[in-house]
Amino acid sequence: MEQDNTPEALRPGPVQRVGVAVFLTVWCFIAAFPLVWIAVMSFRAPQDALAADPLRVLLGPTTLAASGGLSVIDIVLGIGFLWLAWRAATRFVPGLAVRMEPVPAVPRWLALGLGYVLALGAGGLFVLPLVARALDAVLAPVPGLGLLAEPVIGITLDHYRAVWVRQEFYRNFLNSMMVTLGVVVISLTVGTLAGYALARSQSRVAFWLLVAALVFRALPHSVLATGYVPFFLNSREILAPLWEWPLTGWFFHLFSSRPPLLYGQPLATIIVLVSINQPFTIWMLRSFFQNIPAELDEAARVDGCSHLEAFWRAIMPVMWPGVITTGLFSFLLAYNDYLVTALLLDAQSMTMVPAITQFLNRDVRLSDQIEAIAAAVSITAPLFVLVLAFQRQLVAGLTQGAVKG
Amino acid sequence: MRLRTLLFFTAPSAVLMLVFIFGPLVSVAIQSLHTTTVVREMVTVETCSPGFLAQICTTTERSQVKMGPDGKPLTETRFTGLDAYRAVLELEKVAAAFSDAGKGVVDVLRLDFWRALRFTLTFTFITLPLVVGFGLVIALAVNNAMRAIRGPLVFVSLLPFVITPVIGALAIRWLFVGDGIVTATLRAWVDPSISFFAQGWTIELLMLVYRVWHNAPFAFIIFYAGLQTVDQDTLESAVIDGASRWERLRYVVVPHLAPLIVFVSLIHLMDAYRVFEEVVGFGSEAHVISLQWLTFNYLMPDFTGNRYIARASASSMLTLVGIVLLLIPLLRRVWRDNRARS
Repeated sequence: MEQDNTPEALRPGPVQRVGVAVFLTVWCFIAAFPLVWIAVMSFRAPQDALAADPLRVLLGPTTLAASGGLSVIDIVLGIGFLWLAWRAATRFVPGLAVRMEPVPAVPRWLALGLGYVLALGAGGLFVLPLVARALDAVLAPVPGLGLLAEPVIGITLDHYRAVWVRQEFYRNFLNSMMVTLGVVVISLTVGTLAGYALARSQSRVAFWLLVAALVFRALPHSVLATGYVPFFLNSREILAPLWEWPLTGWFFHLFSSRPPLLYGQPLATIIVLVSINQPFTIWMLRSFFQNIPAELDEAARVDGCSHLEAFWRAIMPVMWPGVITTGLFSFLLAYNDYLVTALLLDAQSMTMVPAITQFLNRDVRLSDQIEAIAAAVSITAPLFVLVLAFQRQLVAGLTQGAVKG
Repeated sequence: MRLRTLLFFTAPSAVLMLVFIFGPLVSVAIQSLHTTTVVREMVTVETCSPGFLAQICTTTERSQVKMGPDGKPLTETRFTGLDAYRAVLELEKVAAAFSDAGKGVVDVLRLDFWRALRFTLTFTFITLPLVVGFGLVIALAVNNAMRAIRGPLVFVSLLPFVITPVIGALAIRWLFVGDGIVTATLRAWVDPSISFFAQGWTIELLMLVYRVWHNAPFAFIIFYAGLQTVDQDTLESAVIDGASRWERLRYVVVPHLAPLIVFVSLIHLMDAYRVFEEVVGFGSEAHVISLQWLTFNYLMPDFTGNRYIARASASSMLTLVGIVLLLIPLLRRVWRDNRARS
């Protein structure tokens, strides 16, 4: 336990303690309830999910009768698994990272992150159901204990199956992953260079660049999208001179024989999202770079490094926490975007968030709404894992710009 | 660092911002003054139907889309001045509303642009104090909680903030829409005729609730970090001087947090002014719309496949006016900081 070193006089009194406890309980309930509730609904048959009685939604009797459910043992195992995942994210993985210190930061964290997600997926989808089924089978014949193996809460995966397999939501998932990864990689590459230079330079040019970035950060995305839409739709005609002009034509002909239609091109959307995100990225990275003493790159310069070498060899190795944090925020921007992706991507290249509207507008069968809910929960699940794994970095990123002023 | 090195390092980022942020801004300004239409031409068509002895022929003139040599419809772009702005602002209808026959403000707020402006502004200024206030209360509460549970508290609080805005709005909507669980419970306990999606003001209320739920965690995290740096000695002296809890909060803690409150307010003003996802998530376009949604709707193809680019550009430029007004205090602050440093 950490030592609480608050002076005696400043500690909350009994009345305050009760007030704080009540308030925080209510807040946690409000914060989590909408998300927990749609997650519960997505696993129920429509008759249960849309029932007016909350107990019926929670227990799902109709679902239980139609497609089976979970026993007390399964639930206990599930909670244990979630607890293990939480411990692994907060204790085990960071500990492992410290022990693997000699390995460079990027491959180390990439391997650990990927390993964690794979282990979580394999554990949740294969190991956990197997163990639960085996335990249920073993305990069922035992008198008394058999009750624990009896299914009590109805659960169905039909809606997820419908969304991911029949509606081919996995295509949107792959598009989302491609767009998001592209945005994170490109904006970090471009942003670290600029952020580093802006943190070290005292010149007026640097100041004006930062002010311009601040103004750009405030622009509504719809304004920028209005600039993109006609250009993206008519890019064949607008870009044609570049292909026809001999000086540049040969270069562009290396890629394609005629100008591309940018509308519906994931790569074009990635570049747009990177640019929209640039002002935020360079401000945040700059404040992280300012925390690194300038003596470090001066020492490297004295040893004969160029600016680029000093940046890469002396600064980047200690910058990874800042880069990871900024990367998280780029990820959130690209993953959560609706406006730009809805306007610039077509049906084939649509990402998950704008694609959810196709589920909203159908309301023919009873299960249509639950399928929309299952799609929404599918979109939320990766974010849940992200907060679980990177809570500290997210908080660091939020407070970075603010506390320093 | 020399200027050349600075330019070398910042070039990729600066070029991206120049081409993809500044460029579109300029082109939106130009687009808002031009209209692109499909070229139509009048053609004389003779249609004949068999009749007795002689065919019955009629010639009619009708307009049809003129095709270019590549088989696509020809378009022409004309300079139309402020026509697009007039179309968006609907000034004649505004004038009619304030004439003797009109009903004044009530009529004006039926026009798309004006109702979007009304909603965007009330939304921004109502959520601002709520977000700052709730953020502060949560931060104070977490700061007074046991250390062991602060981590999980922060985790739960972060969830509404990181969630995709459209999905967050949908999650709240599904609790209330139709026989949603909250509506059903309220019907059973309070009034059996409650419905949240039948009239505009309840939908608007839900949108405000959603935004406070979504943004209060951001204010909370910032204030919570600020609370860690409150000078303990000052607090202890205040206790010795006989200050009550409330007085300590009012005269020590809040002044210490003042710069952060300004920061959170400015960020929130900018973000709330861009309200958009709520309209999509709550499907509120029949009752309330926002300025960003208005532009978005002009840009989406309608049922004939038309996109109203000129109107979208005009409403974009009008949206920008508000952003410029919001930015002035922020820029003055940055300017002062920079002068103080050099």
